[in-house]
Amino acid sequence: MSQTYSRYDPVAIALHWLVAIVIVCNFALGVYMHELPLSPWKLKIYSWHKWAGVSVFMLVALRLAWRGFHRPPPMPASMPTWQRELAHHGHHLLYLLMFAVPISGWLMSSALGVQTVYFGVLPIPDLLDKDKALGDVLKQVHEALNFGMAAIVLGHAGAALKHHYMDRDDVLTRMLPWSKPPRKSQ
Amino acid sequence: MKRSIIGCLLALSLPAMASEYSGFNADASRVSFVSTQMNVPVEGRFERFSGNIRFDPDAPAGGSARLEVELASIDTGLEEADQEVASAEWFDIAKHPKAVFESSAVEPLGNQTYRINGTLTIKGKTHEIATEARFEPGAVGAFSGSFKLKRSDYAIGEGMWSDTSVVADEVEIRYRIAAPAH
Repeated sequence: MSQTYSRYDPVAIALHWLVAIVIVCNFALGVYMHELPLSPWKLKIYSWHKWAGVSVFMLVALRLAWRGFHRPPPMPASMPTWQRELAHHGHHLLYLLMFAVPISGWLMSSALGVQTVYFGVLPIPDLLDKDKALGDVLKQVHEALNFGMAAIVLGHAGAALKHHYMDRDDVLTRMLPWSKPPRKSQ
Repeated sequence: MKRSIIGCLLALSLPAMASEYSGFNADASRVSFVSTQMNVPVEGRFERFSGNIRFDPDAPAGGSARLEVELASIDTGLEEADQEVASAEWFDIAKHPKAVFESSAVEPLGNQTYRINGTLTIKGKTHEIATEARFEPGAVGAFSGSFKLKRSDYAIGEGMWSDTSVVADEVEIRYRIAAPAH
């Protein structure tokens, strides 16, 4: 019975798209904000960016826990082995980066002497003491990880579209919230 | 043996016998502050300041303290803010390079603690402040304590910066002001 059920479950789908939206918006925010001249607006959006980053971290932890108990549907049998392996590695790397990016941002904030206070209420402890040189290095690390993740996300989205339009399989639709209920695999 | 014990006792009693502290010891002094932006406390400090203390622990009410802080020596804790706060909206350092504290009364509260009243002048605006300071005696004696001020009282951060939901109105000042014993 579960063989014919090829969709992700609704919670996995909801978490996937929620995390995707927050990551894309927060990436854009990060690119936009870092060159701004100092202003109250800049201080505000830096805080929002950090809150969003902490949220991504927690949502991804939730996703991973959920995934541990809800195995994703198998990849189409038509996929060559190298593609499956590439997809697996890509997904692992994405999970790794979804943790590494917020962690690098948090460490960078600590080293630059500006603690992260989640929604202005919950202080996230500083693991590092203030250290400007280290903070500047972590800034580079945060940036590099982000652009690395952006490249993999583009690959991920590109692969999904390729599956949909070229391979014409259900790899994309099984993660879409609005696609039809599970259909029998051919 | 007996002589060395007496010597030790004498040496120990020397700071206690030193009846007055005066002048200023910059190395043992510091002036720092905690500002709050978006509910995040950020520590900053001033690198250059000078002062003058006269204090006799046996006659504390006659004590006095004056402190001048060079505002251009600020380290706000946020690198890009160090330049910003020199502007007219913040300290207007070109016109008002110094913050000055001048004590008006010293009242002993017991247990090496004193209430110090005085005036604080920043950016041409003068307000009364009161702070409780603890005194540590020694070859160099020091008062340390903290107090809070409202930056709006001194017009620090005007215009767009007057929005206290981003940069809080209240700023905590922490100090350690030292002077040698004579």
